[in-house]
Amino acid sequence: MSPNSTAVDVAATARVRPARSLRLRLRSRSAVAVLMCLPLLALIGGLVAYPFFYSIYLSMLNKRETAFVGLANFAYLTTRETFWMVVRMSFLFTFLAVFWKAVLGFTLAVVINALPQRGQRVWRGISLIPWVMPLALSSLGWWWIYEPTHSALNWVLVVVGISPKPWLSDPFWAKFSVILVNIWYGTPFFMITYLAGLKSIPVELYESSAIDGASAPQRLRYITLPMLKNIIAVTMLFSTIVTLATFDIIRVLTRGGPRQTTHVFGTYAFELGIATGDVPLGAAVSLFMFPILAVSAFFILRGIRQSTA
Amino acid sequence: MDTNGMDRRQFIKVSAAATAAATAGVEGILAARQAPAFAQGTALGMLRWNDFVPASDELLKKTIIPEAEKALGAKITLETVNANDIQPRVTAAVQSKSGPDMIMTLNNWPQLYEESVVDVSDVAEELAKKQGGIYEQSRAVAQSGKKWLAVPWAIVGLTIAYRKSLFEEVGYSKFPETWEQYRDAGKKLKAKGFPIGQTLGHTFGDAPAFSYPYLWSWGGKEVEKDGKKVVLSSKETLESVKFMVAFWKEAHDEGGLAWDDSNNNRAFLSGTICATLNGASIYIESLRKPDQYKTAKGAQMRTDIAHAALPKGPAGQFAFHVPFSHMVMGYSKNQKAAKELLRYLGSKEVFDKWFVSQKGFAVGPTRDWEKHALWKEDAVMLPFKDAARLGRAPGYAGPAGKKAAEVLTKYIITDMYAKAVQGMSAEDAVKWAHGEIQKIYG
Repeated sequence: MSPNSTAVDVAATARVRPARSLRLRLRSRSAVAVLMCLPLLALIGGLVAYPFFYSIYLSMLNKRETAFVGLANFAYLTTRETFWMVVRMSFLFTFLAVFWKAVLGFTLAVVINALPQRGQRVWRGISLIPWVMPLALSSLGWWWIYEPTHSALNWVLVVVGISPKPWLSDPFWAKFSVILVNIWYGTPFFMITYLAGLKSIPVELYESSAIDGASAPQRLRYITLPMLKNIIAVTMLFSTIVTLATFDIIRVLTRGGPRQTTHVFGTYAFELGIATGDVPLGAAVSLFMFPILAVSAFFILRGIRQSTA
Repeated sequence: MDTNGMDRRQFIKVSAAATAAATAGVEGILAARQAPAFAQGTALGMLRWNDFVPASDELLKKTIIPEAEKALGAKITLETVNANDIQPRVTAAVQSKSGPDMIMTLNNWPQLYEESVVDVSDVAEELAKKQGGIYEQSRAVAQSGKKWLAVPWAIVGLTIAYRKSLFEEVGYSKFPETWEQYRDAGKKLKAKGFPIGQTLGHTFGDAPAFSYPYLWSWGGKEVEKDGKKVVLSSKETLESVKFMVAFWKEAHDEGGLAWDDSNNNRAFLSGTICATLNGASIYIESLRKPDQYKTAKGAQMRTDIAHAALPKGPAGQFAFHVPFSHMVMGYSKNQKAAKELLRYLGSKEVFDKWFVSQKGFAVGPTRDWEKHALWKEDAVMLPFKDAARLGRAPGYAGPAGKKAAEVLTKYIITDMYAKAVQGMSAEDAVKWAHGEIQKIYG
């Protein structure tokens, strides 16, 4: 072999080696996983991470977006009576809506689970209708039901001898109305998740408890609820996040009125930032949600980890 | 033929059109019947509201805009959205520095976007000069100092649409002239099941068009003439709030707190209210479908509708009509062509077609349009003819600038009345509103 041919071989090996090593790397499962996750990561980066950091940046600018003002927008918000009203409404809305969605979803799931298999399918399908309908569209339907002058609901109330209610013009009833629509919309999500959880509980547990003479409430308390604990925690967490960020229902039904009393963080941020053009202040309002959600997510997820450890 | 693909004759034609446009404005373009020499493929985007008179939007889309495309040699895209969605669109466009080249605005919204729009003084002043002078209200809302932020387009007059027969039944053959009389009539009519319909909700038109003139008519105002000293908290404002609380309870449909700009139209046309402050859209709709809208006695509703100005208060009689104007956006790459389009649309020959299609719902931004033959066609529409003269801009007695626009878009004046009618003491409602305005004016 001539020195020249040796040099050619080395060069060829050098060319082949990277190609082979690339193939090998691609064969490793982690590399494939990373590659397949890349589009999703790009989406999250573009649609979640970037807007999040950009909103932090915006919230620290003055109204004309020409000067850095640090935390002045946050400090200003804390001096606003309307802002605290929004905070109270956001918590009230989230707490009541999530609580009732969980209670009704659980009850529905238990009832449907107790039905014969064939009946279950029909009721499951019917119960899911509110959840699969586009929310903006169903909110419009609800708006017509509550409509201040020609409310269909009031018409029914009058027929059965009850006085009509100012569903959207009185602060109490307006809050009631928007929370009710959120419960109506979100209950099927809880129901279907709990139903899946109920199906995964081994029947033997119930059979053994029945032999031991456990009553239905005891079975619920000592078998069903403990077995569903993690599912309940996760659904509550997801629902809290989504409910606190509610926008469509309030925007369509009340636009935050009457007198800003039904605004939650999302709608108030939109009104300040987008509708009236004070983008930095709107960004500051929306960022108030972040620590609340982060802390609740931390505690709930820690609870789940501890219970499964 | 030259290298640009244009022969000598074509070159002369285009040059003539461009020269005409430059020297004689729109008349030049119309006379030359040839597009001015904008860059080839110039595309313009325009955003406007969904007109309450749909025929006008149809006219714009099918006739006026295609004609403008030919006249200006530009491709024009007209998009219409709900008026409540315009401000979100402007904010999004300004933030992303892209979007329609021209955006229609209501009230004094242009003041909020002063840094983001092009100076259109040349177009607006030309309009004022050629058409008998722009109304004070249109000027106040679209001008910052001497600089025009938007070109005035029209004013939607707001008067009270009322049922003649119902008011006659309670002894008012002529519409009440003072708030006391209006309250008395409303009280009697509410007892008969026909309350006054008025929104105190967050609506872009009807709510502020009622609450501001109502405040002014009692002598209340937001700030002093210097535009700095907040003077809302006054004996006059307090009186107006106290009167409103009783007036609301005795004479109004209390559901009005949740009404938007279209609820009162539906309530009126379905015969459930006796009067409401509105544009002429109720009457125009009743003309469009005369057999659909009828009174309880079976007569066509259109025969029972009349219009009147808001009543007088202790300090006088005022109105707040809704001025519309078009902004040319600072990010636009076709600012010159956009201005030319606004000049074209505002020209007498072109605007006349649109004005006629409105049937009086909107009046022109200048006094010349009060002389139009349209006003001789229907006496019911006459109160709209010169309604714009009574118009006063928000922010009074100061300028209708950015701070006044913020007070308006946050509905502080309307909310002051809404809070009081829902139980807050009049003193606290005024104190709250004064404090909110103080925060804005600094």
